[in-house]
Amino acid sequence: MFRYLTKRILMLIPLMIGITLITFTVIHLAPGEPVEMQMAMNPKVGKEARERLTKFYGLDKPLHEQYFNWVGKIARLDLGRSFSSDNRPVLDKIKERLPVTISLNVIALLIEFGLAIPIGILAATRRDTWLDKGITVFVFIGFAVPTFWLALLLMYFFGVKLAWLPISGLHTLGSDSWGTVRYLADMAQHLIMPVMVASFGSLAGLSRYMRSAMLNVINQDYITTARAKGLSERVVIWKHALRNALLPLITLLGFSIPGLIGGSVIFETIFAIPGMGQLFYQSVMSRDYPVVMGILVIGAFLTLIGNLIADLAYAFADPRIRQGEG
Amino acid sequence: MIVLPGVRCLLMALFSSMVFAACTRSEISPVPAAVVSSSIPATGDSLVEGTIGEASTLIPLLASDASSHAVAGQIYNGLVKYDKNLNIVGDLAKSFDISADGLTITFHLHPGITWHDGAPLTSRDVLYTYRITIDPKTPTAYAEDFKQVKNITAPDIHTIRVTYDSPFAPALASWGVNILPAHLLEGKDITTSPLSRRPVGTGPYRFKEWVSGQKIVLEANKDYFEGRPNIDRFIYRIIPDSSTMYMELKAGGIDLMNLTPVQYARQTAAKSFTRRFNKYRYPSSSYLYMGYNLRHPLFGDKRIRQAITAAINKDELIQGVLFGMGQKAHGPIVPGRWAYNPAVRDIAYDPKHAAELLAEAGWKEKNSDGILVKNGTPFKFTILTNQGNQQRLMTAQIVQQRLRTVGIDVRIRIVEWAAFLKEFVNKGNFEVVMLAWNISQDPDMYDIWHSSKNKPGELNFIGFKNAEVDRLLIEGRNTFDIEKRRRAYFRIQEILAEEQPYTFLYVPDALPVVSARIRGVEPAPAGIGHNQNHWYVPKNEQVY
Amino acid sequence: MNFKNSYFYSMFWPRLKRNRLALFGGVVVLALFLISLLAPSIAPYDPSAINAWSVLSPPSWQHWFGTDELGRDVLSRVLYGARVSLKVGFVAVGIAVSIGTVVGLVAGYFGGLADAVLMRAVDIMLCFPAFFLILAIITFLEPSIWYIMMVIGLTGWMGVARLVRAETLSIREMDYILAARCIGCSNSRIIFRHILPNAVSPVLVSATLGIAGAILTESALSFLGIGVQPPTPSWGNILTSGKDYIEFAWWLSLFPGLAILVTVLSYNLLGEGIRDALDPRVKR
Repeated sequence: MFRYLTKRILMLIPLMIGITLITFTVIHLAPGEPVEMQMAMNPKVGKEARERLTKFYGLDKPLHEQYFNWVGKIARLDLGRSFSSDNRPVLDKIKERLPVTISLNVIALLIEFGLAIPIGILAATRRDTWLDKGITVFVFIGFAVPTFWLALLLMYFFGVKLAWLPISGLHTLGSDSWGTVRYLADMAQHLIMPVMVASFGSLAGLSRYMRSAMLNVINQDYITTARAKGLSERVVIWKHALRNALLPLITLLGFSIPGLIGGSVIFETIFAIPGMGQLFYQSVMSRDYPVVMGILVIGAFLTLIGNLIADLAYAFADPRIRQGEG
Repeated sequence: MIVLPGVRCLLMALFSSMVFAACTRSEISPVPAAVVSSSIPATGDSLVEGTIGEASTLIPLLASDASSHAVAGQIYNGLVKYDKNLNIVGDLAKSFDISADGLTITFHLHPGITWHDGAPLTSRDVLYTYRITIDPKTPTAYAEDFKQVKNITAPDIHTIRVTYDSPFAPALASWGVNILPAHLLEGKDITTSPLSRRPVGTGPYRFKEWVSGQKIVLEANKDYFEGRPNIDRFIYRIIPDSSTMYMELKAGGIDLMNLTPVQYARQTAAKSFTRRFNKYRYPSSSYLYMGYNLRHPLFGDKRIRQAITAAINKDELIQGVLFGMGQKAHGPIVPGRWAYNPAVRDIAYDPKHAAELLAEAGWKEKNSDGILVKNGTPFKFTILTNQGNQQRLMTAQIVQQRLRTVGIDVRIRIVEWAAFLKEFVNKGNFEVVMLAWNISQDPDMYDIWHSSKNKPGELNFIGFKNAEVDRLLIEGRNTFDIEKRRRAYFRIQEILAEEQPYTFLYVPDALPVVSARIRGVEPAPAGIGHNQNHWYVPKNEQVY
Repeated sequence: MNFKNSYFYSMFWPRLKRNRLALFGGVVVLALFLISLLAPSIAPYDPSAINAWSVLSPPSWQHWFGTDELGRDVLSRVLYGARVSLKVGFVAVGIAVSIGTVVGLVAGYFGGLADAVLMRAVDIMLCFPAFFLILAIITFLEPSIWYIMMVIGLTGWMGVARLVRAETLSIREMDYILAARCIGCSNSRIIFRHILPNAVSPVLVSATLGIAGAILTESALSFLGIGVQPPTPSWGNILTSGKDYIEFAWWLSLFPGLAILVTVLSYNLLGEGIRDALDPRVKR
């Protein structure tokens, strides 16, 4: 186990380097230089300030030196300051938005797994019945419907027509002065629609995966053996088959992070949720390069860590790896 | 708050929270009976305004976006402001005297005004605001008017005396800029000041909290020198999507927003809506235009610019985009102002005439796609406009179609406001822009048309250069004689109509909507924002 | 296609045929091809002809799907939009599949350092939220249809690479490949004649699903204002222009919305069907 762990952690190094390289490249696709962007807004800023900024971003140096410079700063968690007129440290801007996005995605993930696993099992065990087909169509509709359209339709029906749910934001105005329970209940109400939209969209991938994993397992010899032993179908499915079908899902968990973070751009914008997706979109549109770079790097690192945790969990659950041959 | 962005408009924003300034016509939707019966102003409740963009900084001197100025307008004051009839009156200044030659203005501050932190407002604050504005190290777009100042002194803590070299017509209005607190800023770097997130002003509302991406909360300044505003809290909710914002309005989540023409005309006519909201309509003091980059070889020839104007049907734009709620623009001064020249002839919609003009300029042949070709190059250009303005995009698309029929291939590119300024406009990196100017009350338009104002970050970014206009602009601003000024601006309008450096498109109507709960809203030539401090919610209808 | 005819008729087709959902998907996909081919002749109006005097008029005999905010015929725009949306889907996926296949083949066949480096590249790319990369690159460059297709392709090849590599690894060790190598076949001949045809099926499945994904991505980009630019109609930008009028001009969002929904659904059902039909492990 220890060897496996060290190996996995050492493997992170080239990946992190790759992540920074790609981020650096993406930013340099933009025409013009970042400092120029900032200065163009304000031609009056003197030559001196310009030189200071150029130095700060190291733009007087060759490209590879700029890169190393930047990576060095990241290593010290210095992401620079935003180009927008608030001029705030990028890290602050990301920090205040990260928790929202992460918690939203964690809730969405939990719901997604909570739904997808039973749905997938149901579809597998009732294979080729109307139920299976119904489930298939249902989950694919979730995937196929454009997120923002679904979101708007829900907002219109549940928010405007029926007035059951709040339309946007995270809190009702004035909720800060309420008691904790009421405050949290209010927040939960605000989260219903965004979470619904986020998890409905990704239900398809997971439940289909579960279905085929389950089918795969059911066709294995040991299940046939279990059945032959006369074990009830319930025990066979829920005890023997499920455990083995669930294992690969752990890895999938790690891989669904980037998709969810990416999708948050849309639903955070439409539901007015102040998360990282919204910040990224705004920063990209206003060419706020330090923030864009910061979010790309941090987002990718988070995925990397998510994957690592998933891998370790997998290793822990799978005796073949646990015993150190990995 | 949906505002037509434009740097000039920001000067307007200083005077009213809502950048709706207006002149003549005002139509008020039927007022529910309740308004009349319970008209005793009460304090309490909140006013929630939806805003698409989040403010960037609450130091207005540094901001170039309308959202920032809208919020800052509640927090700060200027020395003077426009009243509801668009006359300049004192604000922080109790009174002001102008010397007989017009070269010296003396402002007398209201005694006893305090900053939100309790410190007294003094002439030092005004001096500081002036100095930091003209400091070349300050990144601001608002220094120009203050550069005309020859000398500024503070004889005592409540008096400021400003002297100009020559008569400067917009002088008084220029002191409407927000006065900043010297005791918190002097000697510090304004660009990194914490005041950008926690401002301290003198205005009717004081800053309470700013939750990034969610809301900015202001609360009534109980010690406001003109008396506390009735409504306890002013809340800006940040809702980046326009459809979401409209649904929030209907669901009661916000009290105040600007309607789009479609919403005004088609979606808000039902009883169920008018019972809960009051709609207002009046001409905005802004105009939409297409500005040609005159440094670009394609647009150097005025026949081409005239041809493009002739190919565009402005009636169609007003009908299709504004549902008829607007009027044609044909110059930089909107109808109804004293400087407006009614005699200027507009180029009428006439595609044939457009084709003739283009042919004269050498664009005769068409290629297989129906696009005009000259020396092998097809006639094509890109209209650049800013993101988040559906009407502007629709206008651009109609223009695109009309120009296509005369053989011009137009592309449309939409760019976010900050990037639009930084990357394209300021660098002269564009062919045609579609933008709006919010125009101030004074007709002075030196910043937009004078040939010296064409450096990056300045407003004559199309590079217009006309010696006669240059001379007239200076004539117009350096006198107080209305007749002389009128003559100068009349002539400028004639020249611009002939030169067509812009194709002036239309003056849209402002279409604000306010929750019926809010009483005391009084449309006036200045719009509806002028008496915001007197708005109130009757006790029995308060919700927050 | 490289399926051997006998296999196609004996196994694949009967299986696919029995899967009603997949069949439905296939029919819709074919119909869409026809529609996009025929759009110019079946569309009743010029999709970009503006009529400022009849904006947002409800469905009628003149305009079956109503008109949009500029008075353009929504039916014609949806028909032409099919072309654009499918083009985006196909070209983007074409790029992704080409890159992914080459990377997967090289990594799987040559192994060693090439494999290690290429697979690390795959891992790295998989760490980024693809939509973030797409958003950034398109905005920084320029939102044109070509960039959109290119960038969706460039950020979507990793799955294919993994699939092809896995397939290559398993085939590489088979006897007939060893035999081919022994008789002196060149690497490229082995790759293109023997390995590639076998990797076609998983790639086909993921390409089918990828087209659906690309259509969705384009609509999301349109919502953010950086999708296919006007006046070219795409389902994404028609839907986006209808989002402000959901409650009273429902036709403007309903038809493009349904078009996206049904198309993406069909591609998915078809893709799943092909996967099932090709999977020898799934017994019937």
